[in-house]
Amino acid sequence: MKLIRIQAIAKKEMLQIVRDPLSLAMGFMMPVLLLFIFGYAISLDVDDITTIVYDQDRSSMGRQLVADLSASGYFKVVRYAEQEAEIGQYLDAGMARVGLTIPVDFSRDLRAGRVTQLPIVVDGSDSNTATIALGYFAALTELYGRRISPVPEKALIEVRARVWYNPELKSRNFIVPGLIAVIMMVIAALLTSLCIAREWERGTMEQLIATPVKTPELILGKMIPYYVIGMVDMALSIAMATLLFEVPFRGSLLLLTVISTVFLFGGLSFGIIISIITKSQIVSSQISVVATYLPAFLLSGFMFSISNMTRPLQIITHIIPARYFVSILKGLFLKGSAIRILYADALFLLAFGIVTFAVANIKFKKRLG
Amino acid sequence: MTLPPAIIATGLSRSFGSIHAVNKLDLAIDRGELYGLVGPDGAGKTTTMRLLTGILEPTSGEAWVAGFPVRTEAERIKEKIGYMSQRFGLYEDLTVMENILFYADIYEVARSVRKARIERLLGFSNLTPFVDRLAGKLSGGMKQKLGLACALVHTPEILFLDEPTNGVDPVSRRDFWRILYDLLREGVTIVLSTSYLDEAERCTRIGLMHKGTIIIEDRPKNVRSSLAMPMMEVWTDKVRTAGEIVRTVEGVSSVSVYGDRLHIGLKHKGAASAVLVMLEREGIAVQDYREILPSLEDVFITMVEK
Repeated sequence: MKLIRIQAIAKKEMLQIVRDPLSLAMGFMMPVLLLFIFGYAISLDVDDITTIVYDQDRSSMGRQLVADLSASGYFKVVRYAEQEAEIGQYLDAGMARVGLTIPVDFSRDLRAGRVTQLPIVVDGSDSNTATIALGYFAALTELYGRRISPVPEKALIEVRARVWYNPELKSRNFIVPGLIAVIMMVIAALLTSLCIAREWERGTMEQLIATPVKTPELILGKMIPYYVIGMVDMALSIAMATLLFEVPFRGSLLLLTVISTVFLFGGLSFGIIISIITKSQIVSSQISVVATYLPAFLLSGFMFSISNMTRPLQIITHIIPARYFVSILKGLFLKGSAIRILYADALFLLAFGIVTFAVANIKFKKRLG
Repeated sequence: MTLPPAIIATGLSRSFGSIHAVNKLDLAIDRGELYGLVGPDGAGKTTTMRLLTGILEPTSGEAWVAGFPVRTEAERIKEKIGYMSQRFGLYEDLTVMENILFYADIYEVARSVRKARIERLLGFSNLTPFVDRLAGKLSGGMKQKLGLACALVHTPEILFLDEPTNGVDPVSRRDFWRILYDLLREGVTIVLSTSYLDEAERCTRIGLMHKGTIIIEDRPKNVRSSLAMPMMEVWTDKVRTAGEIVRTVEGVSSVSVYGDRLHIGLKHKGAASAVLVMLEREGIAVQDYREILPSLEDVFITMVEK
């Protein structure tokens, strides 16, 4: 392999990228845009649950309960109903997800120390939110009940739970690092998916394969500019995650750089393989998105826990490179993991990179037809 | 040191499915020749070029270029040759200079000789004023000259040009040929394909290709005289009507129209007077006539019709 040829290919490719502002902008904007959209769209946290209250009692105790619910941040009262039918209307229209009725004798029962009932209806069409809403509601009313109860109950067992790595249990904290891995997998393959096909389509490949340039020189040279773009994308993603989404980054930036390089090597090689096989830019870009996005999204453990999958699916996840990068990024962000924890995942990414690069070299033929 | 012959091919064949693009081609080209592969579209010229430059694998047969077999040592061949594909193969989004430098790097042209050589290439191709222009913004003729400059940046021993003057204006074509003659004087072997027969006349040797093989091969002059057929050229006002009439004359083997004249192939010399008598009888005024040596086109048409 000759360095001068690798340099020549890399420089040529870089010039072409720079002179194509649209694709350049796409290379930088895509990850930012995707991270922005998904980062905000995907949230498993439930707060500001729209609530309609029908207060028949109109007492200070009832108002206090509603104030407590609102103050928690989990519930947001959108309407005080004048009559019971309104609850049905609001839930039907989706304007509220929870309907709370405070019965006429609510305060009287409580003052007398009697157990009172609190009817609540929940929109179960989103079962996840409904379950969480009910949980919050039960907890908050219990707190309220204990506060106004004249005789405090004594609990014999008190749980003192501490949550590690993500003490506030913010779903964004584990979604965003995984999301970066998924997005980078797609971007890496997409970036290089065009670069070989373009030369075949434009007729420049025939000229190039008639020169003594060697296949690894060609492939490495083509990967270098896209590696630079990939690393910039990576940096942009990390900056967005920490500054915009306020996800803590506790690991080593150097380690992140090294592992990202290994990851990009595989991802970019994967795009090149697709480009080599299809020889068509349109087909190649579509295949690379589907072939990376679906497995990375569904089987990487980024959103859907691998341990909850059926056995055959679990086995398949082992060959999804995004799985290892998701795990590494979560470790780096939240746990500040060191290389001795991450090396197994990193080794797999390295193996993936070596295999895809080798396949790309084997698949590329300096021949027509 | 004696160099191996530039090109040898024996039984070289390439099929695409059931189509025999190149069919049992034999070829021997010496150093310093300007060899023309001549023939209509679809004759197999481009496929032959691709086989000889090592970018297409033969289905059967073998060829040696610069002493290396195309099947197993294509990469060695590529160091010795320059190639210009039929379709413009340079980067339109790179400038003239960037294209040349790219190929200089790919061919590992030493820094010490690079500057002088590029200046010379730009000079004789008249591209010096356009070094910073994007290749895509060049005219057809300039594009071809840039292609030639890129193919020559490593001073190849053998130059392959696939229809290099296709779609190039006459002035640029003349420039282009001037460059080729300069190269020939420097000892570069040139193989070019063309469907222009006037260009074929300028080659030192030509091979007429038809259906994937060479049907006749010699110096252009010899190829023309090889057609042992007397021919006459007749100038007349009404070429089309005259052509119809002449076709019916006994002893006429072929008639083709060239603008305001007819080329008439004769089975024997005596038929010439029969042609003139017939035209006069039909009231066609003949302005002039003469005996001619067949043109390459006449030879080609006659050979293909056989």
